[in-house]
Amino acid sequence: MPPTEYTFQDNAAKNATAAAGGGLPDDTPIFDTEKMSLSMGPSHPSTHGVLRLQLELDGDTVTHCEPVIGYLHRGDEKIAENMTYNQFVPYTDRLDYLAPLANNVAYAIAVEQLAGLKVPPRCEAIRVLVAELARISSHLLGFGSFAMDTGAWTPFLYQFTEREKLYTLFEELTGARFTTSYTRIGGLARDLPEGWLGRVSAFCDQFLPRLEEMLAMLTRNKIFLDRTVGIGVISKEDALGYGLTGPNLRGSGPSFDLRKDKPYSGYEKYEFDVPVGTTGDCYDRYLCRGEEIRQSVRIVRQVIKNMPDGPWYAADSDEARRIFAPRKDKVLTKMEELINNFMIVTAGPQMPAGEAYFEAENPKGALGFYIVSKGGGVPWRMKIRSPSFCTLSILPKLCKGVMMTDIVSILGSLDFVMGECDR
Amino acid sequence: MSAANTTATTSAAAGSAIIAALHESFSQIADKITPRASADHPAVNVPAADAVAVLTHLRDVRGYDMLADLTAIDWAEGASPRFTVVWHLLSTERAPGAYLRVAADCASDTEPEMPSVAAIWPVANWHERETFDMFGIVFTGHPDLRRILMWDGYPHYPLRKEFPLAGIEGELPDPEVAGETKTKVIPAPMAGGPFVASSGGELNLSEAEPRAKDESWNERTQKN
Repeated sequence: MPPTEYTFQDNAAKNATAAAGGGLPDDTPIFDTEKMSLSMGPSHPSTHGVLRLQLELDGDTVTHCEPVIGYLHRGDEKIAENMTYNQFVPYTDRLDYLAPLANNVAYAIAVEQLAGLKVPPRCEAIRVLVAELARISSHLLGFGSFAMDTGAWTPFLYQFTEREKLYTLFEELTGARFTTSYTRIGGLARDLPEGWLGRVSAFCDQFLPRLEEMLAMLTRNKIFLDRTVGIGVISKEDALGYGLTGPNLRGSGPSFDLRKDKPYSGYEKYEFDVPVGTTGDCYDRYLCRGEEIRQSVRIVRQVIKNMPDGPWYAADSDEARRIFAPRKDKVLTKMEELINNFMIVTAGPQMPAGEAYFEAENPKGALGFYIVSKGGGVPWRMKIRSPSFCTLSILPKLCKGVMMTDIVSILGSLDFVMGECDR
Repeated sequence: MSAANTTATTSAAAGSAIIAALHESFSQIADKITPRASADHPAVNVPAADAVAVLTHLRDVRGYDMLADLTAIDWAEGASPRFTVVWHLLSTERAPGAYLRVAADCASDTEPEMPSVAAIWPVANWHERETFDMFGIVFTGHPDLRRILMWDGYPHYPLRKEFPLAGIEGELPDPEVAGETKTKVIPAPMAGGPFVASSGGELNLSEAEPRAKDESWNERTQKN
């Protein structure tokens, strides 16, 4: 884009033109309406990462908004074509890096769907548990940074305290606070540590009152309401047409939730409600996230109460044994297991030829993996369907005609992550 | 495994139902609408020229109101047809959670083209830009077909199979930055990893070894 040059007539020149009888035509507005172009981002506190918005402004009104993405493009899909299925698990951590556990779960289920592999109930329950904890963590930051963008610092700091407690739990479970890499194709990296469920339960007990405190600071807050109610309204048709999913879709009315409508990993066993909005504005999306956190706590408690015993990885068939590596003690003592382990590590988990597409209800929306396999341990093609990518594609339409300051509210309410958008 | 088999059976039944329905609605091209092998959802192959008509029909008459995903597959140089565009449709209201995979092969292997569906689902605008960016498939009728993840003027299509994992040396997008830093776009250093493997099923250990792809050093020549 060539740089635009702006010229401003000074007052003396204007007066001179008027005195000379030239004057201004009657329909000339009093103010100079020359449009200004403004590059917002890629390093701007409210673009949440490296999103850049190329704005065209008429005064304070946005007349054109062009999102520029790709600053965080790492070629994850290309990388996936060059490594075995389990080797890609750490890369999924770095998609939506605010909910790595949920990404791990979505990816593992997608590959298992390709293999037609069923994992045991305990594995499914643990996956639901960690995915919901990831949702709590992600939504906390989602509304916390949204609040901060609209001028409220306190909820942001409060929610970080709670997320810290979650990270301590994640660290105990996976060995890492952030980049968890917890799932394996056909199972998990390890079983739950002893007493961990009790600590999750204790977290939930102390968390709920804290959550209500945080939400109460915003839900009836005059400043927050002024910044969000009626701002960034997305109609139901637009939400569906632009492929919005998760709270961004449900804020506009449709109650579509993959956990209810296409249950996976045993979600049909748990009771929970799906909150929906009525107007589709920034405030409705905030309310949906707040209620989803409460519902996630509800699911977590049910999982803990009904946690099944038994194996936590698939090992009951020949297919499963070609996918999930044998236990270490057996690898070190038995020849067949040693060979099997060697094959799984070097050649990868063995998949049939075919195609599979799986979407999981992640905190940011539906995270999908489309895997094309020609057989063997490496995918031929893997497409990652990123919810943030679809969410951002609505910005040119949504931001047209809004005030410049409202863009900050809209971005905050859409709760996107560039690591996932750019892949 | 029984649960997985049941799912496969139901999706096969749903697949033949949707194909029968499409045959009825598009009787002139019925022989070109064929079932597609799938491990999970119903899947159908359609001819590229009629893709937009079929997809519009699926949205308006069959209730697939959301375009969940749009992407392409490169079957590698030498394969014909080389490029396949894949749409994943999702129904959120009529049959919540029902997916349908629609695929169409691009007629040309060297200058692939596909009609755009951006007028039917606005989200396709960005998906098609990404597919164009990564594969070089031109979506005819797209309102604004530009690169989206790579920068304007980037000369390659990274997800094509002949594009190397490490990348290709080239010029930086901004000549001013390039002049100041005197650097280029450099291929990623691959020493020691990632552990590169290839699709296809056969195990090639010399390729799976991390050093195999980096020929700048080995046991005899020192690493720089």
